[in-house]
Amino acid sequence: MTSELTAGHPRTELSHVLVLAGGLSPERVVSLRSGDRITGALRETGVDATAADADAALLPLLTTDPPSAVFPAIHGNSGEDGAIREVLGLLGVPYVGSTADACRLAFDKPVAKALVAAAGLTTPASVTLRRETFHDLGAAAVLDRIVARLGLPLFVKPARGGSALGAAPVHTPADLPAAMIGCFAYGDTALVERFISGTEIAVGVIDLGDGPQPLPAVEIVPTSGWFDYTARYTAGRTAYYTPARLPVEVARAAAAAAVTAHTALGLRDLSRSDLIVGLSGQVFFLEANVAPGMTDTSTLPMALEAAGHDFGGLCRDLLIQAADRGA
Amino acid sequence: MSDPRQRLDPYVDQYSARAAGMLASPIRALFSVASRPEIVSLAGGMPYVTALPLDAVGELAGQLITDRGAVTLQYGSGQGDPGLREGICEVMALEGIHANPDEVVVTVGSQQALDLLTRIFIDPGDVILAEAPSYVGALTIFASYQADVVHVPMDDDGLVPEALEETITRLAAAGKRVKFLYSVPTFHNPGAVTLTSDRRARVLDICQRAGLLLIEDNPYGLLGFDGEPHRAMRADSADGVVYLGSFSKTIAPGLRVGWALAPHAIRDKLVLAAESAVLCHSSLSQLVVREYLATQPWQQQIKLYCELYAERRDAMLGALEASMPEGCRWTRPGGGFYVWLKLPSGLDAGSMLPRAITDRVAYVPGTGFYADGSGAEYMRLSYCYPEPDRIREGVRRLAGTIQAEQELLAAFGTLPADGTA
Repeated sequence: MTSELTAGHPRTELSHVLVLAGGLSPERVVSLRSGDRITGALRETGVDATAADADAALLPLLTTDPPSAVFPAIHGNSGEDGAIREVLGLLGVPYVGSTADACRLAFDKPVAKALVAAAGLTTPASVTLRRETFHDLGAAAVLDRIVARLGLPLFVKPARGGSALGAAPVHTPADLPAAMIGCFAYGDTALVERFISGTEIAVGVIDLGDGPQPLPAVEIVPTSGWFDYTARYTAGRTAYYTPARLPVEVARAAAAAAVTAHTALGLRDLSRSDLIVGLSGQVFFLEANVAPGMTDTSTLPMALEAAGHDFGGLCRDLLIQAADRGA
Repeated sequence: MSDPRQRLDPYVDQYSARAAGMLASPIRALFSVASRPEIVSLAGGMPYVTALPLDAVGELAGQLITDRGAVTLQYGSGQGDPGLREGICEVMALEGIHANPDEVVVTVGSQQALDLLTRIFIDPGDVILAEAPSYVGALTIFASYQADVVHVPMDDDGLVPEALEETITRLAAAGKRVKFLYSVPTFHNPGAVTLTSDRRARVLDICQRAGLLLIEDNPYGLLGFDGEPHRAMRADSADGVVYLGSFSKTIAPGLRVGWALAPHAIRDKLVLAAESAVLCHSSLSQLVVREYLATQPWQQQIKLYCELYAERRDAMLGALEASMPEGCRWTRPGGGFYVWLKLPSGLDAGSMLPRAITDRVAYVPGTGFYADGSGAEYMRLSYCYPEPDRIREGVRRLAGTIQAEQELLAAFGTLPADGTA
């Protein structure tokens, strides 16, 4: 399928582009895989693409040989919290994806939940607590209140971060302290949500200049029952259904929810929203991703393929759009 | 799409049972961050190869190709270059071993020797005895051949002979087939202890009486910081021991040259197994090592390595003493690359690793060194690669990580009564 951008809009000639991958977060290896895939796909479309890490060599590289545009594929801190994009903005280098301001909002899951809730979406009931709170007030009493307020089961995850690192379902009160400790290994703020049983889906959103368009929902069915790091990045450990096996009206609601989240968070170019369709068919927003995984086992490339997009062509078009837009 | 279901791996149901554990893991993901220069890595056991006379090695390698390319770039024998095997015997003589080059099989690092030995000895379910803890690379091989690893305790003097004897007796009574004892008796990885002379004799005696083969893995034997090298166990038992050696630590791991010294019947099978695995080993690497041994002051180079590693060991021990929270205990190695640290009660080194990476320091959690999943309260710290100042900074960061973890566990009430926060 030819994307809308290639169908007649003016386009900038790309001289060379940079794919940013790596970083120092625990998702580094995932990011390197995403970066490799994007770089390879771009080269197949004839784009002069190079992968680069976010390290001390990056700024000299960007200033001595500025690329037409940058494709950020760094996951986790610095890649998704807006830091790298802020620096790209300072240097006047165009980049694909959301602005630093929007990333800061979207990367912070409790903040993103509040914003999308204000826009009319439903998110699981939750509490957000920093580790100091447990030191200061006594963990046992706080944990008791969490269970009393939200009930069981629960889902604990770091307020910032991805790939399910530090995340865990909690089925009994006795499991909660260990889940909190595991969560705090990856960050100082924990988001504790009421666990929603249902169908786990990921819905990508692409905007090639004509407004945000939802991609087909990808349904996620991990063989182990829960979509942890191993299930995400070991091929064969999870079955994916694209499009998701949802009634038409529910699929429409999920698509609309992803677009609403994209818009409410002020996101740009591409995003992925992780949603749960509850047993009653209600769509719950869990989190949004501003640098969605692009690995061989990531859901956004599956959705793109299902929608008829050529992966490399789409990456190229997003870079052209970024170059057109400028810094 | 005609079929909306994707499993992403059409062969997912066809892998062998030994591939069951080959999964993406968060711990492995963290190690990809540990290799970044911003992180002080006390994790990997990388020799400090920049201390080598690189110009001389480069010239030597270049000449081998220029002058003798028809040999160095050609296939070689499955047993390894005869001249190199003579050189290997000279190296082993430093540890009291008097061997014939014909008993030596050159391998791709001693890791391959261990793989080949496991291949020729182990059927699924067979028992291998190994120290607790044991070298993670060995445990990985043993798991891939579906061996049942039974650990035998160590203390500050190395493997405990009484425990070995009791374990052998217990397993025999249970009808288990114990195939060999795998041991790193000198500057143990990760335990950092050395089997005493007295215990070496006792362990050999126990093995001999039980008809149990001993695999003596000795990559660090020449990297002692005090006095003469320890006498290898193979020096006192030619028939009961397969000795594994390596140039990875005494020259460079990138050459991938190691060896096995084995009784002739085992040697013959090792050669056939090696030929099956790789036809032959790199002729170029073998001849680089052979020429290095013949033309370079290699014993002086090992001495230089020892001095360098001793300085780093001292930097680590000093930093640990200065900054580790109460309740931590660690070994004081007389050689090799590692310190084995026990955390205060209740702490889990694996769970704590993400926080350590955030604090920009890395180590290897203890559970990888146990086949039974124990060892959570241990970590291996390596001092071989970072400069002394980096080691001190890394230990300082690690102390902060441990302290923060203690405070967290104390807040959640998961520290045992004797845990210190």
